[in-house]
Amino acid sequence: MQEDTDSELLVRLRAGDEQAFVILVRRHHAALLRLASGYVPNLAVAEEVVQDTWLGVLRGLDGFEGRSSVRTWLFRILVNRARTAGLRERRSIAIGDPGRAVDQSRFDAAGAWASPPERWIEDADDRLHAAKLAGRLRSAIDELPERQREVVTLRDVDGLSSEEVCSALAISESNQRVLLHRGRSRLRQVLETEFGRA
Amino acid sequence: MPPRLRLLPLPRRREIVCQQAVELVTDYLEDALSRADRRRFEAHLAGCPHCTEYLAQMRATIELAGRVTPEDLTPQMQDEFIALYRQWRADERREG
Repeated sequence: MQEDTDSELLVRLRAGDEQAFVILVRRHHAALLRLASGYVPNLAVAEEVVQDTWLGVLRGLDGFEGRSSVRTWLFRILVNRARTAGLRERRSIAIGDPGRAVDQSRFDAAGAWASPPERWIEDADDRLHAAKLAGRLRSAIDELPERQREVVTLRDVDGLSSEEVCSALAISESNQRVLLHRGRSRLRQVLETEFGRA
Repeated sequence: MPPRLRLLPLPRRREIVCQQAVELVTDYLEDALSRADRRRFEAHLAGCPHCTEYLAQMRATIELAGRVTPEDLTPQMQDEFIALYRQWRADERREG
């Protein structure tokens, strides 16, 4: 049986269909919870943020005009709420560092590799090892500066398009690329440091 | 006098070095490089096994990030969401 699309579920939800709400929640809960977790200190607060997001969805049902996808709309509501909650909990936002993709010290004066990338991809073919890599990656994502974490989580973990991410976070394409670049570069570095061998 | 200036190397035509290549990887993967830059980037890769490995590692990193799996909704949480929905409906009716 084919599942209803998000837009179809929204129509049913507007008509007062409780089951449509449950399906929507089940479909998007995990991604929302994961994104929320990065802003706040613990799972309990993240769950509150997600609940608050769904309440915002219900209250905003009539105002949603469908100019963006339902998923983008959900993430936009979540990000707004999570940022507020994160501020309340942490009282400071990590600001993106202007760092380089690879530390300068690894290149010679001419800009060629002096200390080339250590190899680790081969290990990812092994399923057990791949699980370890993904586990380490998950905590590395959580440790990224906030803006980078948002973009990397939405693009690479949740698989949103760059257009959807720009819309959800209200940032330009070029900003999105810069944040994505810094975030991904940092993650690669973490994997190299932990699993690489020269 | 101006003709002498042409003897200077033109920066736009210069080959890129590794340190520049690693900063172009995301724009390359996002298909956001100009055609000229794309050609320069690929020309560099063709002669540089380290940057080729680097690009492969960035691709592997993205692929691994896609495997990070989230927690599923527990039955208890699902009940909480249903309660949330019913509460909202009740409030709506009272106000509407």
